[in-house]
Amino acid sequence: MLTKKTKYSFKEQTNAAPLAIFRLFFGLMMFASIIRFWANGWIEKLYLAPKFHFSYLGFSAIKPIGNYTYLLFIICGVSALFVAIGYKYRLAIITFFLSFLYIELMDKTTYLNHYYFISILSFLLIFLPANAYFSLDAYVRKKHYKQVPKWTIDSIKLMLVIIYLTAGLVKLNSDWLFRAMPLKIWLPSKYDLPFIGENLMQQNWFHFAMSWSGMLYDLIIPFFLLYKRTRFVAFLFVVFFHVFTRVLFPIGMFPYIMIVSALIFFDATLHHKIIFFLKRYVLKTKKKLLLVQNFNYSKGKRNLLLVLFSVFFAIQILLPWRYLLYPGELFWTEEGYRFSWRVMLMEKAGSTNFKIMNLETGKYFRVNNTDFLTSFQEKQMSYQPDFILEFAHFLGDHFTKQGHKNVGVFAESYVALNGRLSTNFIDEKVDLYQQKVSFNHKTWIIPFQSEIKIKGI
Amino acid sequence: MFKRFSLLFISIITIYACSSTEEIAPEVNDSFDRSALLVNIVDNIIIPAYEDFSDKMSALKTVGETFTETPNETNLEALRSSWLSAYKTWQHVEMFNIGKAEEIQFSYYMNIYPLTVQDVEDNIANGSYDLNSVNNQDAQGFPAIDYLLHGLADTDVAILEKYTTAENNDNYRNYITTVLNQMSTITSSVVSDFKAQRNSFVTSTENTATSSVNKFINDYIYYYEKGLRANKFGIPAGIFSATPLPEKVEGYFKSDISKELSLEALAAVKDLFEGKHHASSTKGISLKSYLINLERVDIATSITNQFDIARTQIEGLNNNFSVQIETDNTAMTMSYDELQKAVVLLKVDMLQALNVSVDYIDADGD
Repeated sequence: MLTKKTKYSFKEQTNAAPLAIFRLFFGLMMFASIIRFWANGWIEKLYLAPKFHFSYLGFSAIKPIGNYTYLLFIICGVSALFVAIGYKYRLAIITFFLSFLYIELMDKTTYLNHYYFISILSFLLIFLPANAYFSLDAYVRKKHYKQVPKWTIDSIKLMLVIIYLTAGLVKLNSDWLFRAMPLKIWLPSKYDLPFIGENLMQQNWFHFAMSWSGMLYDLIIPFFLLYKRTRFVAFLFVVFFHVFTRVLFPIGMFPYIMIVSALIFFDATLHHKIIFFLKRYVLKTKKKLLLVQNFNYSKGKRNLLLVLFSVFFAIQILLPWRYLLYPGELFWTEEGYRFSWRVMLMEKAGSTNFKIMNLETGKYFRVNNTDFLTSFQEKQMSYQPDFILEFAHFLGDHFTKQGHKNVGVFAESYVALNGRLSTNFIDEKVDLYQQKVSFNHKTWIIPFQSEIKIKGI
Repeated sequence: MFKRFSLLFISIITIYACSSTEEIAPEVNDSFDRSALLVNIVDNIIIPAYEDFSDKMSALKTVGETFTETPNETNLEALRSSWLSAYKTWQHVEMFNIGKAEEIQFSYYMNIYPLTVQDVEDNIANGSYDLNSVNNQDAQGFPAIDYLLHGLADTDVAILEKYTTAENNDNYRNYITTVLNQMSTITSSVVSDFKAQRNSFVTSTENTATSSVNKFINDYIYYYEKGLRANKFGIPAGIFSATPLPEKVEGYFKSDISKELSLEALAAVKDLFEGKHHASSTKGISLKSYLINLERVDIATSITNQFDIARTQIEGLNNNFSVQIETDNTAMTMSYDELQKAVVLLKVDMLQALNVSVDYIDADGD
């Protein structure tokens, strides 16, 4: 009995409806996100206005493509719509994944964990039979599949569980738990919220309550969603938590995406109700399709996918912990900070200015950052070492090209983290132009020296 | 089971909601009254400074008329001293880039330096020009008057000749009149407009990119960084260029006032930070008290101290920054460095502690 429960069977089939609904909502959400992004003027502001773009290491060839960038967003939006309705699904989801990835790789200034989440989720969706049931593809081929392999739906659940658990674990640090940072800085500034702004948001106990409950939420919610008897209550908490964070912070579409994603944990009864509703009141179709019992991958394909997924999830589980390979304080150096579900853990700001020196004569002048960067880029650059180095190289190349001789680039940088006074961030004697861009530890970052240490994960 | 859980959920929410409404009562002690901050800044600093400046501008205009009617040594001296007095008060209002001042780019018409002498001379030679044109922003305001009163020739006798016997002497007199009229007109419009908007200004305290309180704080820091640190020190000292540019100091033609003007501006910045009333020693609610209220005495005192360190450094400089730059530019750049340290404290530490929404970033966060 026990072995039956604990042993996972890759041959088990399950109802296809949850996956179909997931595909539909995911596609619609993505379509809405693209429209919103465009309507807010962010394509122009974030991708076309800047003269210089910060690239991910190894992806410096990927840049905005002038006015064709709009075309890229159109392709991305249309493919999201195709994903939603499940038409030419495989092609649509691959197109969506590639165009979305391209957009994200154009400039890392706009990096958000949300966007990373969407990138990897859409990668996963490429391999899942999300059009087996309730899709235009099924309509066209006149054939529905009632069941799909259980592991395909479970892989989405696993992805969500990894995200929640990692996000919870990384909150186990002294700044978050014992100094209520950075919520202690952020919440009081929400004084203009109706009802709670002038009172609740200003209370010390509330900042701690929010920190601790945020941590507990992330660590507990996946189990409550997995367990049938607690699932409904857990979902109410998911809705409440994400709507509340949406009210407090400018996090765009993300809360809604998480709420809709959590529906995948429910069993098929709910999804059938949704599909019934949509068929009756939205599509108004009574057409019956041939219902085939099981969708199955060929054995070879299945094994190939299982290998791919194993590697994928191993990376997902390990990637957030790569920071352990680096010396120094993670929040300070940010070596291994991205792609690790560290969401809202830091209030960090900096002021970084560059000196262009003739190394032979020792003469120098300073750069006005705004000559090259938008204010948003300057803000991001000022406290993230990889940005500082990339910009230093850009400046070195720029002034060398302008005819300056023996160019050296030095940074004067001050950074403040989670309510500590700002301190010197970059070694001012190091010529950053000579430092290689790589994943190696950046020795020119002055080690974190605040007396208020950060302990924990 | 579901029902029991939903009941539990609803009751938790209800208890939560009720307890939060009860919190409104006396327990609140750490919420800062931003409206009081704005009232102090507006009623005791901005409006008195504006009125003071407006009076000095009217006086300047009158003295200017006397001079253009009777250009003689006495009237020239009177005009010079009135100009300097207005210029010093200007240092207290340039940072208020709000309302009408922002809309019409007040400071661009009052104090763009270095002056483009050629434009001024061309305008005078032509006798017709439009001072509202963007192209003439660097041919008017305090720097233009500076040139017309101190820079036309080497001696006062020769300068006076330009207004009396020289060719085009009426055009020279007209230029003074037109520039002063322009300065006086836009000053009146900015001041009266701000007074009219006073009430809506002090009540706009929400934490959004467009509220008065946030825009004001952002503008204040921007002025300190650009108008004071960069324009008065950084640019002439060659911080941003391959070589120093001593001709880019403020008050270049009068030549011995660049230090005086910069110290006046620094005092204005510090007074605003500390909520000190204009031309008075009384202090009210300020950004400094806001920081102290947020338990960031460390930042508050660091900023005051840094302003004082910068002042001491500047006081050791030559009255004429051009001379200082040409003889010992290191002392000049050291002043810049001390001013820069306060930029970090204001922009990084203070903004972080206040968590002010910044006007230029509206993209999503994590």
